[in-house]
Amino acid sequence: MDTAAPDKFAIETSALTRQFGHLTAVDHIELRVPYGEIFGLLGANGAGKSTVIKMLTTLLSPSSGSATVGGFDIIKSPGDVRRRIGYVSQLLSADGTLTGYENLRLSAKLYGLPRAERNGRIADALDFMGLADSAHKLVRTYSGGMVRRLELAQAMLHRPTVLFLDEPTIGLDPVARHMVWDRLLDLRRDYGMTVLITTHDMEEAETLCDKLAILHRGRVSVQGKPAELRRELGTDATMDDVFAHYAGGLIHESGTFREVEQTRRTAHRLG
Amino acid sequence: MKRFIRESAAIVEVELIKLIRDPTELVSRAVQPVLWLVVFGQVLAQVRGIHTGQLSYLAFITPGILAQSVLFSAIFYGIAVIWERDLGVVHKLLASPAHRLSLVFGKALAAGFRGLVQAVVVYLIALVMHVSLRLEPLAIFAVLANVMLGSAIFATFSLIIACIVKTRERFMGIGQLLTMPLFFASNAIYPLDIMPGWLRFIAQANPLTYLIDALRGLMIIGGESVHGYAVDFAVMSVTFTVLLFIAVRLYPTLAE
Ligand SMILES: Nc1ncnc2c1ncn2[C@@H]1O[C@H](COP(=O)(O)OP(=O)(O)OP(=O)(O)O)[C@@H](O)[C@H]1O
Ligand SMILES: [Mg+2]
Repeated sequence: MDTAAPDKFAIETSALTRQFGHLTAVDHIELRVPYGEIFGLLGANGAGKSTVIKMLTTLLSPSSGSATVGGFDIIKSPGDVRRRIGYVSQLLSADGTLTGYENLRLSAKLYGLPRAERNGRIADALDFMGLADSAHKLVRTYSGGMVRRLELAQAMLHRPTVLFLDEPTIGLDPVARHMVWDRLLDLRRDYGMTVLITTHDMEEAETLCDKLAILHRGRVSVQGKPAELRRELGTDATMDDVFAHYAGGLIHESGTFREVEQTRRTAHRLG
Repeated sequence: MKRFIRESAAIVEVELIKLIRDPTELVSRAVQPVLWLVVFGQVLAQVRGIHTGQLSYLAFITPGILAQSVLFSAIFYGIAVIWERDLGVVHKLLASPAHRLSLVFGKALAAGFRGLVQAVVVYLIALVMHVSLRLEPLAIFAVLANVMLGSAIFATFSLIIACIVKTRERFMGIGQLLTMPLFFASNAIYPLDIMPGWLRFIAQANPLTYLIDALRGLMIIGGESVHGYAVDFAVMSVTFTVLLFIAVRLYPTLAE
């Protein structure tokens, strides 16, 4: 057990590593995210962002190293971790053949929300995400922005301590994107939720995130507040410059075919 | 336990909603038993080439055809799971605190309900064809229970294959490769005792054989269960338990 204030950070990783065969997708990363922070994970395709999130959400076991989420060890107490997190995957995870309400009801049951509170919480979540009017429509008739908002509603329904969002605004138009940001800021304000978000959008990184880490080939190449990172690079450096400098040049397609294809498909379905 | 029931019921509920919303698949699955009973069954009954004791050939294969349609509809559960994986639904389920066993068992149970629809279809066809069916409530209830268990077995088997192959293309190949041998290496359309020794050996390791054996006694007037209902039920229950155990281990690998 860690003796020094184990519960200070919502997310804390120590030499967290994951290999796929010979490829080290995540290489000894150290992250500390205080409670209530919105933390951005940046990096080119294939840098290892989703792999980090999958380990922290207990979907993938680390090859070595360790991590705690909400004070619980992801390897020793995965059940405790799962109860305290919400997760929106890079793929579209809402079920198109169900209505928005049915998707939420499934989540409510799987997370064990008391029956008496269930409908109230679902109605609140639908309202909060601006989906009340479409609650009983099939999700496959939703626009991309609505699907993403529904997924957020599902992920926050049980008021998790930590929200993991893997590219939640990819493929969204500016209005839809701003709406997602506003909701995330509300969640932080109202419930003190900690958010770990991955993104390729520099505006999102700059305006939404308190702190950023840029991954390059599985390693953290730099960490800090967005403004600090810019300042370190030069007085008139933009976030794009920061990204280009630390993420290994232009956004090149170093992801596997499958990864790139999936990202495209997600973007396509959203568009 | 209460939690397990709540979680499994939640999974069953969404599966049933989807089934009711889009019954086309069920309707198309009903075509096959019609062909087998009306065409294959009647033609082979004329030939009188297969000795089925005191039962007419049509009566003999009716339980076999029900088991076949249970098998064929359950085996493609894996496709649905792969689809859910590609969509990210599996990831969402696995990141939730729901127990893995609830998720897998819920799927199996949902397949069981799907199987009941097949049972209704086969009963209706058999009635039209004047097969002498046992219609006592208890016998019908036992048939439905066996159909549910059989569906759950093959759906879980299918889920395991899906977890191993992980892509739709590969699953389609393997699915075809497995279902036909499972069907022909069983007592569905000919009795065990006319099979060559090697085939009988395989058939006796095939869970489908035990499902058909139980159904033959329970569905058909004058039909008998060669192994006895207790043996049939025991073999199927053990098979299901073992498959569930494997599936619970493998299901989480879908989200990796
Ligand atoms: N299940 C897997 N099996 C094998 N390799 C994998 C697997 N998952 C990821 N990888 C590889 O690990 C590396 C990191 O992938 P990851 O998905 O974490 O990248 P990412 O930063 O999320 O990229 P993107 O921006 O494209 O989403 C990639 O090279 C990828 O091909
Ligand atoms: Mg990714």
